[in-house]
Amino acid sequence: MSGADLDPHGEVSVDRLALAEELAGAGAGEGAVASEDAAEYALRLGDDALVLAQQLGMWITRAPELEEDIALGNIGLDLIGHARSLLHYAGSATGRSEDELAYWRDEPEWRNAWLFEQPNGDFACTIARQLVASLYLFELYSALADSTDPTLAAIAAKSVKEVDYHRDHSTQWVLRLAGGTEESRRRMIRGVEVTWPYVDELFADDELTERLAADGVAVLPSTLRPAFESAVDEVFAEAALERPTGRTAYTASGGGRRGSHTEHLGPLLAEMQVLARQHPGASW
Amino acid sequence: MTATGGLDTALRAHSTDHAWQVAATVTDPEIPVLTIEDLGVLRTVEVADDGAVHVELTPTYSGCPAMDAMRDDVVLALTHAGYDEVRVDLVLAPAWTTDWMTDAGKQKLRRYGIQAPTGLAAARGAGPVRVQLAVKCPRCDSLDTREIARFGSTSCKALYECRACLEPFDYFKVI
Repeated sequence: MSGADLDPHGEVSVDRLALAEELAGAGAGEGAVASEDAAEYALRLGDDALVLAQQLGMWITRAPELEEDIALGNIGLDLIGHARSLLHYAGSATGRSEDELAYWRDEPEWRNAWLFEQPNGDFACTIARQLVASLYLFELYSALADSTDPTLAAIAAKSVKEVDYHRDHSTQWVLRLAGGTEESRRRMIRGVEVTWPYVDELFADDELTERLAADGVAVLPSTLRPAFESAVDEVFAEAALERPTGRTAYTASGGGRRGSHTEHLGPLLAEMQVLARQHPGASW
Repeated sequence: MTATGGLDTALRAHSTDHAWQVAATVTDPEIPVLTIEDLGVLRTVEVADDGAVHVELTPTYSGCPAMDAMRDDVVLALTHAGYDEVRVDLVLAPAWTTDWMTDAGKQKLRRYGIQAPTGLAAARGAGPVRVQLAVKCPRCDSLDTREIARFGSTSCKALYECRACLEPFDYFKVI
C-alpha cells in the first residue's frame, strides 16, 4: 500500500483496537474477568454513577448560572467515566458490553440505590443529593482502593481523586445556600429533608456485600457510615444545619439493589435509552 | 545463542526508543501545545520481536472525551512510521496525576495562556474545604487572581480571573 492510499486506520485492525481491554487493572494485563459476585457489585456501583450522571446532565442550560451548567456537566462526565469502567468490568463476567448494560436493560435489572434516581427538584435539592452522593462516594472509593480485586481497586483509586472535587463543589454550595438569603436557606433545609430518607439504603449490608467483604473484594457499606456522618456533620456545623436523626429521619424502604425502584427511574431510563433502542448499532 | 539474544535485545531497545519518540509526538486535541508525553499520559511503549507495538496510555480524567482521539492518533502516528501492528491499551493504575506533567510541558502550557498546576497532588490535604495556593496569572505573573469556577471548559481546568490585568484565564487543576 502506498502512503497516499493509507487509510486512517491503516493496517491496524479497528476491531482489535475497539476490543482492546480498556481496563487492564493494576498489573492485571490482559482484560480481567469479574467473578459473578464482583460483577453484580460493580453493576451496583456503575448504575449509581450512571443514573446520577444522567440526572446532572438535565441541569445543563437550567442551572442558576452558566458556570454551574458547566460544573454539573463536568461532574456528570466524571461519573460517566466511572460508570463506563464499572459497567465494562461488570459485563466481563457475562460478555455484555458497557453499552448493552446501559441501553438494553429494563428497570427491574437496574441495581442503583434510590437516592440516585430521585428527581433533581430545585437546585438546593440537587445540591443536597450531591452532598450525600459525593461524601458517600468519597468514603466508598477511598476504602475500595484497597480492594483485593485489582480492577475494582484501580477504578476506585482513579475515581476518588475526581470525587474529591465533587465533594468540594457540593460543600461550597451547601454553605452558600444555607448562609445566603432566607429563601435560599429555607430551600437548603428542605433539600436536606427530602434527601435524607434515601441515605440509609446506601449503608445497608446484604448477603452479596458480606460475602465479598469477607474476601476483601467489596467494602461493607455499613462500615462507611461513621466517616460519612462525621463529614456531613462537619459541613452542617459550618452551615448551621441539622442532620436529621432518630425520629425526624424518615427512611424510605429502598430495594434498588434488588431491582425494585421508585416511579422516577422508568422515565429517566426511557430518555437515556430511546436513541440507542430506536437505532440499534448506530454510530456517529 | 547468548550473543544472538543480546543483539536482538539491543535492536529491540533501539526500536522501542524510536516507537516511543513517534508516539510522543501525539498531542492533546484540547491543548495542542502539549504532547501526551508532556502530560504524563504516555506510560509504556514496547516493541515485540515480530515488530508489533504495544502502547499503554493512562486517562487523565475518567470521562475525558479526548482519550479516544489520543488513542487513535497514537495508532495513526505509529502506522505512518511503518509499524504495522499497533495495540493501545488504556490502563488505570496507577492513577494519573498532574505531578507527572513534565517541566517542559508546564512551560509550554503557560506560554499558551493556561496556568500549570500549582503545587503537587501528593501534598493536597484532607478535608473538603482547604486553603489553596495562589494561582499566578500566566500573562502578567500577578498573584492577585481569583477563582471564578472550579469546573471550566474541560474536566482538567478551572476558570480564573486576574485582578491585575483583568484578563480571565484557564488553570490546569492539581489532581
